[in-house]
Amino acid sequence: MSVSELTPEPHYRQQGDEVALYEAAYAARLPVMVKGPTGCGKSRFVEYMAWKLHKPLITVACNEDMTASDLVGRYLLDAQGSRWVDGPLTQAARMGAICYLDEVVEARADTTVVIHALTDHRRALPIDKKAETVQAHPDFQLVISYNPGYQSLMKDLKPSTKQRFVAFDFDYPSAELEAGILVGETGIAQGHAEQLVRLGQVARNLKGHGLVEGVSTRLLVYAAQLMQQGVEPGAACRMALVRPITDDADIRMSLDHAIDAMWA
Amino acid sequence: MKPSSPTLAEPSFDDPRLLACWRELDCRLPAVQPIFEACAMQALDQLSPAQLHGFWGAGRQLGKLGRGPAPVIAWLTYWPTLVVEVGDELLDDVMALVHRMHKSPNSAAIAPFIESLATAAQRLKSVPTLRELLHVVQKFMDDTTGSIHGHQQTMASEGLVPFFKSLPLLLMQLSLPGLRNWVEYGARVYRHHPQQQAAYFAFESDDSRAVMLRERHGTQWVDVERTLGLGLQGMWEVNLSLSGLPTQHTGVDRVTPGLIDDAMGVPDALDDWQGVSALMRYRLMVAHMAMHREVSGQCVADNWSPAQRLAVEWFEDARVDVLMCQRWPGLKTVMLKLMPPVQEGACDAQIQACQRHRLAVWNRAVLDERFQLQDPVISDFVSEFHVSVKRGANTADMAALALRFVAKTRVRSDALPDVWFEGTQLDWRDDNRHLWKFIEEGDEEDTQPSRTASQAQELQSLPPRLYPEWDYASQTERPDWVKVYEFLHPSADPKRIDALLQRHAGLARRLERVLDRLRPQGRERVRHLENGSELDLDVAQQAWVDWRSGHTPTDRVQQHIKPPTRDVAVQLVMDLSASLADRVMGSEQTVLEISQEAVAILGWALDRLGDALAIGGFHSNTRHEVRYMHVKGFEESWGEAVKGRLAALEPAYSTRMGAALRHASRTLQQRRQAKKLLLILTDGEPADVDVKDPEFLVQDARKAVQDLQAKGVFVWCIHLQPGNDEQVRAIYGDHYTVVDHIQRLPELMASLFVRLTR
Repeated sequence: MSVSELTPEPHYRQQGDEVALYEAAYAARLPVMVKGPTGCGKSRFVEYMAWKLHKPLITVACNEDMTASDLVGRYLLDAQGSRWVDGPLTQAARMGAICYLDEVVEARADTTVVIHALTDHRRALPIDKKAETVQAHPDFQLVISYNPGYQSLMKDLKPSTKQRFVAFDFDYPSAELEAGILVGETGIAQGHAEQLVRLGQVARNLKGHGLVEGVSTRLLVYAAQLMQQGVEPGAACRMALVRPITDDADIRMSLDHAIDAMWA
Repeated sequence: MKPSSPTLAEPSFDDPRLLACWRELDCRLPAVQPIFEACAMQALDQLSPAQLHGFWGAGRQLGKLGRGPAPVIAWLTYWPTLVVEVGDELLDDVMALVHRMHKSPNSAAIAPFIESLATAAQRLKSVPTLRELLHVVQKFMDDTTGSIHGHQQTMASEGLVPFFKSLPLLLMQLSLPGLRNWVEYGARVYRHHPQQQAAYFAFESDDSRAVMLRERHGTQWVDVERTLGLGLQGMWEVNLSLSGLPTQHTGVDRVTPGLIDDAMGVPDALDDWQGVSALMRYRLMVAHMAMHREVSGQCVADNWSPAQRLAVEWFEDARVDVLMCQRWPGLKTVMLKLMPPVQEGACDAQIQACQRHRLAVWNRAVLDERFQLQDPVISDFVSEFHVSVKRGANTADMAALALRFVAKTRVRSDALPDVWFEGTQLDWRDDNRHLWKFIEEGDEEDTQPSRTASQAQELQSLPPRLYPEWDYASQTERPDWVKVYEFLHPSADPKRIDALLQRHAGLARRLERVLDRLRPQGRERVRHLENGSELDLDVAQQAWVDWRSGHTPTDRVQQHIKPPTRDVAVQLVMDLSASLADRVMGSEQTVLEISQEAVAILGWALDRLGDALAIGGFHSNTRHEVRYMHVKGFEESWGEAVKGRLAALEPAYSTRMGAALRHASRTLQQRRQAKKLLLILTDGEPADVDVKDPEFLVQDARKAVQDLQAKGVFVWCIHLQPGNDEQVRAIYGDHYTVVDHIQRLPELMASLFVRLTR
């Protein structure tokens, strides 16, 4: 969990009218769902919006072992006995922050049910262990990010959860925009940025043919950063674009070949 | 007095050495004389006096064998070639083998044997390997020469002559150990099938090709198919089907790739070449065709001469390559490595047709910037080409440029019959058949069978899949030996299955209670966690006490409660061979009916439990037709369709267990469940009508089971025939249950499943 009032402006390139739409959703305090493949800029977008709206942002990275207590809070031991500690969700609801649950499908289905009461007209969080109901602060908003790429029965949101959000559908930016992002983030030469983006597309084309997901914009940024460090382009791409995403020998060979074909 | 035949008279020669040779050869066969002079001149040129002495001496022996002129002619023609390659050290070995053939029924093979030696020497190039080859030949001959009563060899080896005919082709693709394996395999497997043996060694049967592919050197297309497909998908965004074009028959190093509609054909095997890996050669071929597919249009071929069409193809290919390198610059280095080093002036325009050479030179200048051109005309075309490609020329523009190239550079000698081919074939280029359309139909008729007709036949089943079979005698696999056809089993009335289930209502009720216990329920408490979902009061209190009393408290005071899950995939394979139709002793039912009941109960139970279950049945009618019937897939629910198929099961034919196991486990292995269980329901030992050795299929099944277990599939056999334990144990180890009272099968099967998966 991290609570932050973001001071420097996060670097974010608008892809469409998502900024205006988000502002409207926030004005009505609607819960927001941000969908899209890994590393396409979902978290960056939420950070940017929190910065723009001057609201604190509480980010929770969800994982398989996360339980409802991790969100709501739990009793801990201290010198005087047990003591209640608010979880990030409760904290955000009390102080009026934007609570961002990143990769919410990673959390188990029964965990996500705790957000239900917060995301409808009640805007309240019942804490059964304390027998308390926290009424949400007027500024509170819940944002979840959700990666539909998993598409497995095990990793999907309950329909009852999905029904509580308005959603933004993100995708990797267009080639031109993505190259611009790489230049903006790392200062790499435009030509190299374009070549990296094309390699990224090679991997994205293989999605569903053994790759669960293509190369994210984030990984392209990493590759560009390595190249800026003076790493030879082929090695940088292998390290940042191929090795992390696959263990499949055939796919690795194919991607390595594409890299060789780009930078002999 | 008999008139003197012309053969008896000594011919006259201009060269006195020839007369001496003729006397030394001492051969009176009329057919030998016409070729003698040419052969002798060649031998005199190439052989030393000592070698000549051996040469004529052996020739004399061959002539006096009484096997006609063919051996002598072959000897005179081919032996000098061998001597030039490796010397005549092998003379005695070869003659010993010839005598062995002469004494056996295989004397007809002497001439083909001698003929094949010359190419063998050119390929193998060393005395020890050639001697090894002679051993292979001798062993093969001894193994395949038949005898009727077991004493004397009386029947010639059927495979020997065809073998010598295909030897040059074989040596082109196989190393000597590979060749030995290929020969031994054929000799062993077809010992008792003379016709099949001949077909195998003449390289006409599918089996011989399959074994050859296994033994050959280089990279096989099937091994790289997936990565090539991924490359196409990733780099070219097309999803085409790739297929291998057979190379063995052509005798050339490489068949030309081809692109037709949505299919790409590439050679089925390639070697590394010029320091470029076979995989890279494949990739370049595929990339070239993919680029063609993207940028090339079609031209009407009818009005252009062959020379013009040739030029259009070269120009278009060059454009495709240039565009390809613009997109993927790294391919250029590989391309330059594979490019033949053609040089201007290598071809003499006075005596040879040079148009191919001119195009190759032009092409090299286009693709290789370091290549310096002298010829001003070709130079002009190089720069003109680059200009028009930069402007975005299409196929038609290239064709126009190519036609002007032909008009400008044509010379009279282009019509000469001696065409210069060297260095004019580029490794990665395809045959460009997609480039042409013909308005007028050719004289050739379309001999292809109509597509719709063949489709109609195939709809009955999926295309057959080929599986190997284990040959325990040689401890090797017979590649692509068994054909398995997968069918969707026909349906019958599903009510029959419901009725069967009714009969076992009591069992079903009992089972339901067991299932309730098996079904994931309740919660599992995981204690002593640093980060759990809630505080574990007992531990917390203890920690508290520890702390207060000055001990170090544990910080693992939390607990987590998680629901348990079942993680099992079950594949049930039913043996549907003819014996299943037998009646059960002391009952009105057949074995099949009881099996159906048992399977129905199991299917119902697993459906209640939520475990993934697939059901299939098999029988076989020789290795060419193993039928695998799909009854239920993992994702199908236990519904009317599945029950209908189960009701329609019909026993027939035999039991080829290994192939069925290999096929059934294919989908099972792809399941994501951690535990994979394969249940086999069978009533007899593996057997088939085309296998004489009873041990063969048993060993094959055993091998299949072992392979599956090595891959993490748990195999369990339910055997319906008591008293066969030893054989069942041979195949499955201890993983089997023998059913003594077959009426109890439904109960037993359900409880077995519960026991295995608890």
